[in-house]
Amino acid sequence: MSDHTYRIAGATGDWEIVMGLEVHAQVVSNAKLFSGAATAFGAAPNSQVSLVDAAMPGMLPVINQHVVEQAVKTGLGLNAQINNWSRFDRKNYFYPDLPQGYQISQFQYPIVGEGEIECERDDGSRFTVGIERLHLEQDAGKSIHDLDPSHTYVDLNRSGVALMEIVSRPHIRTPEEASAYVSKLRTILRYLGTCGGDMEKGQLRADVNVSVCRPGQYEKFRETGDFSHLGTRCEIKNVNSLRFIRQAIEFEAKRQIDIIEEGGTIDQETRLFDANTGVTRSMRSKEEAHDYRYFPDPDLLPLELQQDWVDQIRVNLPELPDQKRERFMSDMGLSEYDAGVLAADKDRADYFETVAEGRDPKLASNWVNNELFGRLNKEGLGITDSPVSADQLGKLVALIKDGTISGKIAKDVFEILWSEGGDPAQIVEDRGLKQVTDTGAIEAVIDELIANNPDQAAQVKDKPKTMGWFVGQVMKAMQGKANPQAVNEILKKKLLD
Amino acid sequence: MSDLLKLSLDEITTKLKAKEISATEVAKEALSACQAAQSALNAFTAFDEDKTLAMAAASDEKLAKGEGSLIEGAPIAIKDLFAVEGVSTTASSHILDGFKPTYESSVSAKLWDNGGVFLCKTSMDEFAMGSSNETAFTGPVNNPWKGANGEMLTPGGSSGGSAAAVAADLCYGATGTDTGGSIRQPAAFTGTVGVKATYGRTSRWGTIAFASSLDHPGPFAKTVKDSAILLQAMSGHDPKDSTSLPQDVPDFVAAVGQSVKGLKIGVPKEYRVDGMPAEIEEAWQKGIDWLKAAGCEIVDITLPHTKYALPAYYIVAPAEASSNLARYDGMRYGLREDGEDLTAVYENTRAAGFGHEVQRRIMIGTYVLSAGYYDAYYLRAQKVRTRILQDFDQAFEKVDAILTPSAPSAAFALGSKSDDPIAMYLNDVFTVTANLAGVPAMSVPAGLDKDGLPLGLQIITRALDEETMFKVGAAVEDAAGFTAKPQKWW
Repeated sequence: MSDHTYRIAGATGDWEIVMGLEVHAQVVSNAKLFSGAATAFGAAPNSQVSLVDAAMPGMLPVINQHVVEQAVKTGLGLNAQINNWSRFDRKNYFYPDLPQGYQISQFQYPIVGEGEIECERDDGSRFTVGIERLHLEQDAGKSIHDLDPSHTYVDLNRSGVALMEIVSRPHIRTPEEASAYVSKLRTILRYLGTCGGDMEKGQLRADVNVSVCRPGQYEKFRETGDFSHLGTRCEIKNVNSLRFIRQAIEFEAKRQIDIIEEGGTIDQETRLFDANTGVTRSMRSKEEAHDYRYFPDPDLLPLELQQDWVDQIRVNLPELPDQKRERFMSDMGLSEYDAGVLAADKDRADYFETVAEGRDPKLASNWVNNELFGRLNKEGLGITDSPVSADQLGKLVALIKDGTISGKIAKDVFEILWSEGGDPAQIVEDRGLKQVTDTGAIEAVIDELIANNPDQAAQVKDKPKTMGWFVGQVMKAMQGKANPQAVNEILKKKLLD
Repeated sequence: MSDLLKLSLDEITTKLKAKEISATEVAKEALSACQAAQSALNAFTAFDEDKTLAMAAASDEKLAKGEGSLIEGAPIAIKDLFAVEGVSTTASSHILDGFKPTYESSVSAKLWDNGGVFLCKTSMDEFAMGSSNETAFTGPVNNPWKGANGEMLTPGGSSGGSAAAVAADLCYGATGTDTGGSIRQPAAFTGTVGVKATYGRTSRWGTIAFASSLDHPGPFAKTVKDSAILLQAMSGHDPKDSTSLPQDVPDFVAAVGQSVKGLKIGVPKEYRVDGMPAEIEEAWQKGIDWLKAAGCEIVDITLPHTKYALPAYYIVAPAEASSNLARYDGMRYGLREDGEDLTAVYENTRAAGFGHEVQRRIMIGTYVLSAGYYDAYYLRAQKVRTRILQDFDQAFEKVDAILTPSAPSAAFALGSKSDDPIAMYLNDVFTVTANLAGVPAMSVPAGLDKDGLPLGLQIITRALDEETMFKVGAAVEDAAGFTAKPQKWW
């Protein structure tokens, strides 16, 4: 049992939870999985529908090679095995937003097999989640039930859009780990450029399988691979935010424990999470589950990949978050914490690297992590909405480093950049904020101060800490523009020697 | 009817190129012949005179400039399974009532690119499911050939309308699709030539799917040469069909008439089935003798898994059909029967829209794909399919072509098998193997039975070796000297 074991105290003793996630990630691609139709978000209903997507008679699917490349890239990013032979199957069921009457998916032979990713909890500790598989499939259209009391409208723009379904092993043990896993997955996908990861736009959706068991059972399962050591699972469909994932799990675990403790049994079923009430409710039971009648899609040939092609993708893989974090630590000397925060988000990392380019990385990290993120958080803004560009902040950091301005003045300049914009060097120039490094000017101020405050000057020899008062006075007299280092050195010489 | 329509495709295109006649004249002649025959034969599901005449006029312009393509100006009938832009395309099903595609099937588009003129849509068994054309929503097609006592006969199916149209000299060629014999069996029943090429040689894009892995678009023609011309005109790689073969199309026409001397012809013992009429046996023997006389070497071969082909076919084909036909749900096009909720709309629409045979096959297909039955049926059928393919591979190590009867009987009376699906399915016994294996096969008229009805012989060759098939087919045609025509009564 690790420190991170999540226990729920029930009336009859402690319980643990076990989770596996199926994440549906919309593939970044201009065209759909099997048709040339466009995939832009927010387009007018049914404006991005080809004859194939609408399942007109006689239409046939043709695989989009770019999407295959994206899936392979993702597989490699998940440290997973790439299956050079995979196949598309039809999953048959009737629904108005599924025009073909079947979804083309990969049931038996997915394009990507076993992999694993390392995730991080809030306290910085890490855990590994096994990936069972990744397969390609078509998204369905959207049924709109609330436009009319007696009719349902169907928008087929999403019909046929390429999804990657990424299935984890049941290696997730806490609500926090579940969201950390999805968050890490999202980071990797965004680094790879294979999924936008915007959960609000439905680019990333999670199905969460939750079961509960007594302490010790999970370890038995891990030893044997025998699922009978675990409880019956319920699948919570389509959860679309990290917060909802945690809430849904917390609710679902308690619901299951209550049922078992009252002498009931858990029915394997599909449930929906209601974000308004925070509860999960049954969508369909196992008995109502569809018989999908999977069979190989005869309209498509098996997908065969050339090893050379896969190798080429591997060679051109971008740097991934874990690698980036390591590099930030080893090459740039950042702390593990700072490196982790910066690497955890592609946009942040990109921003930081622009700021740090040719400059002091630690100083850059401090400014990005503390000043910038602090300010963005306060305003509720994301990194891509930042009024201060990475280029501006980088120039500011350079001005601090070369002694043109002090850190304190830099904060003022940052404020100006934030509210008014402009070029940092120009702002410093125009507003006369340049640091005074002219020791003669500083000496003159110090001499005057010592002359006017002889008692305090004498005190410094006995109590060196009181020198701070002089520093403050010098800065005040020079409107903060004095180089603090120079001030300190001159004061030391004059007061201590 | 003038004698114009009695000409072969080769003959009429020669006349058109020589400007002895215009495409417009030919088109008008064909249109009026088809329309005059419709009440008797019931072979057609749609006409579009404006389209036909416009296409003929376009052909005339090209011909006038000496730019005519392979079949420039020849009116071609199109099975109702192929989408023809702006023309009713229903698969002879009620569920596609009123459906006019905004697109053109790849096969018909290629025919038009090669100068073909759209003549009409032809009737078929609903969704190509049948061997007698009796399951068409618009009713059975009458074979131009009548029984000994004047009884109405089936033209075969599923491409019955196309076969009847070619046999009755109402067009110069027609398209069909062959999923289990739907071109070859009607060709045999109507004294026409029917070809199913290698799977993937002709594109399936824009052709309404019955069983995707078995569907082969192909031509009906009056002669072997015409069939080679038509196959030439409709073949070729199509990037819109993932199963289309990325292969160049050989010169099929050039193969017709080439010597068959020295070719090894396989005669499979498994095709001598119980209860096969003696006349079929005799026709087969004649074919063997003809080819021997032409210098072929006859080799007895075995295709040991033949007896499993029909059951395997009647699992795979309905399985794929059950899924392919799911899109006919009343939501986007075709028939819609309202109901109190979604399920009722589905049920009412599909109950009213699909005929009994289609419903039967959807049920069979759904059953064999169901959890718990998949391995026992679908997977085993696929294994049989692999064995059938191996049978052919082994046979083609020894022989260049295989000669068999096309169908186990001559055309039968309408209604005589419609209550017995199994008896109906047995019609495909000689033809389904080539669909399961995807190898090329054709039916060539070989003679008449005692009732004066045509019988066909089937030639099967290696995948991608249509040329040998056409060579042998032409040799059989040549030796048979088949010139019989049904007596005109329509």
